[in-house]
Amino acid sequence: MSDVPWLVLMIAVPAVGAAVVAALPAAREALARQLALAVSLLVLLLAVLTTIAFDPGGDRFQLTTAVAWIPDFGVEFALGVDGIALSMLLLIGVLVPVVVGASWRDTPMPRPGRPARSMTAFWAWLLLLESLMVGVFAATDVFLFYVFFEAMLVPMYFLIGSFGGPNRQYAAVKFFLYSLLGGLVMLASVIGLYVVSNSQLGEGTFAFDALRQLEIDPNVQKLLFAGFFLAFAIKAPLVPFHTWLPDSGAEAPIGGAVLLVGVLDKVGTFGFLRYCLPLFPDASRDLAPWVLVLAVAGIIYAALLAVGQSDMKRLVSYTSIAHFGFIALGIFAFTTEAATGAVLYMVNHGIATGLLFIVVGMVIARGGSRQIRDYGGLAAKAPLLAGVFLLAGLASLALPGTNSFVSEFLVLIGAFPTRPVFTIIATVGIVLAALYVLLMYQRVMHGPPRGVLLVDEDDAGDGETLRPASGTGGATAVLEAPARARVLAVRDLSRREIAVVTPLVALILVLGVYPQPLIDLVSPAVEATMTDIGVDPGGSTPAAPGSTGTGGTD
Amino acid sequence: MGAIEAPDLSYAALAPLLFVFGAACTGVLVEAFVPRAVRHPVQVAIALVGTIGALVATLLLAGTEEITAAGALAVDGPALFLQGTIAVLGALSVLLFSERALDPARSAFVAAAAVPAGSVRDRELATSERVQTEIYPLATFAIGGMMLFTAANDLLIMFVALEVLSLPLYLLCGLARRRRLLSQEAAVKYFLLGAFASAFFLYGLALVYGATGSVRLSDVRVAVVTEGGSALMVLGLGLLVVGLMFKASVAPFHSWTPDVYQGAPTAVTAFMAAATKVAAFGAVLRLLYVAFGTADWTWRPLIYALAIVSMVVGAVLGLTQTDVKRMLAYSSIAHAGFLLTGVIGLGPDGTGYGLAATMFYLLAYGLTTLGAFGLLTLVRDGDGEATHLSQWAGLAQRSPLVAALMSFFLLALAGIPLTSGFTGKFAVFRAAIEVGAWPLVVTALVASAIAAFFYLRVIVLMYFSDPAPDGPTVGVPGLPTTIVLAVTAAATLVLGVLPGSVLDLAEAAAVFVG
Repeated sequence: MSDVPWLVLMIAVPAVGAAVVAALPAAREALARQLALAVSLLVLLLAVLTTIAFDPGGDRFQLTTAVAWIPDFGVEFALGVDGIALSMLLLIGVLVPVVVGASWRDTPMPRPGRPARSMTAFWAWLLLLESLMVGVFAATDVFLFYVFFEAMLVPMYFLIGSFGGPNRQYAAVKFFLYSLLGGLVMLASVIGLYVVSNSQLGEGTFAFDALRQLEIDPNVQKLLFAGFFLAFAIKAPLVPFHTWLPDSGAEAPIGGAVLLVGVLDKVGTFGFLRYCLPLFPDASRDLAPWVLVLAVAGIIYAALLAVGQSDMKRLVSYTSIAHFGFIALGIFAFTTEAATGAVLYMVNHGIATGLLFIVVGMVIARGGSRQIRDYGGLAAKAPLLAGVFLLAGLASLALPGTNSFVSEFLVLIGAFPTRPVFTIIATVGIVLAALYVLLMYQRVMHGPPRGVLLVDEDDAGDGETLRPASGTGGATAVLEAPARARVLAVRDLSRREIAVVTPLVALILVLGVYPQPLIDLVSPAVEATMTDIGVDPGGSTPAAPGSTGTGGTD
Repeated sequence: MGAIEAPDLSYAALAPLLFVFGAACTGVLVEAFVPRAVRHPVQVAIALVGTIGALVATLLLAGTEEITAAGALAVDGPALFLQGTIAVLGALSVLLFSERALDPARSAFVAAAAVPAGSVRDRELATSERVQTEIYPLATFAIGGMMLFTAANDLLIMFVALEVLSLPLYLLCGLARRRRLLSQEAAVKYFLLGAFASAFFLYGLALVYGATGSVRLSDVRVAVVTEGGSALMVLGLGLLVVGLMFKASVAPFHSWTPDVYQGAPTAVTAFMAAATKVAAFGAVLRLLYVAFGTADWTWRPLIYALAIVSMVVGAVLGLTQTDVKRMLAYSSIAHAGFLLTGVIGLGPDGTGYGLAATMFYLLAYGLTTLGAFGLLTLVRDGDGEATHLSQWAGLAQRSPLVAALMSFFLLALAGIPLTSGFTGKFAVFRAAIEVGAWPLVVTALVASAIAAFFYLRVIVLMYFSDPAPDGPTVGVPGLPTTIVLAVTAAATLVLGVLPGSVLDLAEAAAVFVG
């Protein structure tokens, strides 16, 4: 089974699907989304089969394919995965069908006086994005990685710009320019690597395995590291390169936002692990304290900003920035435990924050407003919605028993021996996380019924009519004393919505209790990375804190 | 004093030039003798035969390395590669010129350019269906001049070629059917500044002759090696470079570019932006590499500074533009800077990828920019082409195909991977880093990021804005423009995805003789 080109299929299937969907006439929206769902499920199947074909104890890179692409530049179309990349492919495989389901009934922002736009393009861009995301994680040629890295911007740009919120143009351009600037600086380093390889090996190459063997002068390393680091620090966003994410996260359609923070931004942290550390070990060691300062500053700063947000999507975006700080802390602490924790964090954050975004999107779909103050007391009418919201929030603040706890705990205990000060400061972030998640949950779900979902009792008879919010003016409705009794018109989760959240809820619980399979998958790759930078991987794989009991042991 | 000997001409090696100049002369005769009714198709056919014939001839000559016409012309790899490039761009431009389906008066060119703008006669002509056919011989002469420019192995021939390519261009700029005043202003401005630049070139030529006693590039090279750089020679080199940089629209010699690009008929702008740049850089490469290649300490700092200025000026001033044609003009200035980055990439011993990379970039940029300007001719309102940015709002809803193609060309100009623009940028940046010019490359990358903003702005307008109620219409192009758009879009894609064979070709061609 290992001679099937699984990775090529995983790139080609969604790309072909995108082309087919794009070719559909605009009126065939229903067919387009059915196709999108079918294709994304097929990719999930391929991801599972790829995992079965992968041998965790085997070579570092498996399922490799290499074809000469641009011989003049020494570029190969070379694919291959290690455990880290494979776990990201699985995450993509799971998230995209969920996103398709969550976006099933989405429509573009209505424009006064004009017919509604077709969603066909949305599904096509989504599938194209999936194809490029797979490519970026599966590439083992630095040039190819760069190509996917930049090309990935285009579908995301159109997803935000065409299907986002009121301020979508600004957000889309900001997203694109930030990422492009980072990418271009990385390009300078990519070319620099090529030139170094040309002088050391006699012929220029971009193959990761060959570049890893280079002996680069430490000063040159620092320059090249800086180029890669800037691109990844913008992508993953570390403070102070983060300002694009709250805008993009808030304006993107929910499906786009899930993939943006769930997968796209992971390219940054993945890049630290795959490219920064092994290619520039000396520079990584020398500059690690500075990176850790950024990481820890981000944990605290973003968490504080998240507490102060009034817009739910912006709030979730800021929580992600804080979480990326934890991941960076885990990576640059240079211990196997911390790095394993960071990789688990990448997966778990995709699941937990993805679910949080989806649930927030479901709330927004009911009330039409992103402001926290426009909601209140939803839990009484929609207990399932509130329950899933709570679970997603708890997973996001890393409550023991949820998947995020395992990874956050591993990062912290792994980082403590080498970087005690940073770790202690980072721990404060956990407290802040409880604050922002629980405050949002409490204001939206509990308390007296209030906000945009209130209707007069007469109207409440038919539960299907939902009153859309008129801008942010919804809050003033509370102040005007209602003449008659008013109740909340809110539906609980529909069957489609239950189907969308179930896989993520299940993963949160399962990976919270039994993360060992995932740890087994990623730890050989993490150990190899630690060997690359000259850190003793320390033999044994850490036991997951949650794996011994039923979770919540402390 | 002996009798003047006729120089020995190698007609085979000169076949591309002979094809084009032959077509141009025939075109003049056609203008005089062929009845008006059939003149247009005949002229188009002759111009196409000339340019495509020249293209075939360059392909057949591939691998030739000889110096002919008593040392005045060098037929070598770079000359042939760039001549082929100019022939392709020229043929596509001729197709753009011959488009008759878009303008209601069936041609984008005025029937009689000498009529005062705004007069009664001028208004009659604006709607008359009389069609201007002199543009074809004019354009063919310009193409011939450009091809000669890239092969000139002698400063005098280089000057003659400069004039042969420039004079028809000055005229072509003034021939727009709509917005006559703007067009005439463009022609006068281009002519005056162009004449000034030619004077610089001529003065530099005289100084170099004074310093070395020869106008032959190879003799200059010998003199540079044996005598080193005298003040006279350095000054002469500087003036020559000024003259050439003007044609290549490199900042700070760029001030004509936005006005002329805006005023000239769009098809002519496309031709200028694509082909003139190729020709000018062909001459720059030959002058710097062949004549002064051993004295790179003299020109390297100069070109280094010009590259930075051009990239920064093009990228920053492009941000403030509200007219698509002016925006593309500033983009062209920024791209001239990127091209100079490739010129820097000549190794100390004459090796390095600079030459091949610059030639590839010229081909890629020429085709993309030609396609982008070609698309501009489709978006029209009652007053001709609608080039103001605000008129492009919501274009994707009126015409998804035009918006998609334009976005593709703009992404290529911005240098996004999987387009030819990225391959070209990668090639020139690699060449520059290889000779250690990484500060230049970092500047170039930052400039690329700045420039990306104004390309993106157009995409944002087309896709994410609502169309204005009285917005422009998108014309249905005839066969010629359709061919141009198809060829340029396909080339932009292929050179981005599978550039291997063309890169090989450029690599193989990157050896100067003489």
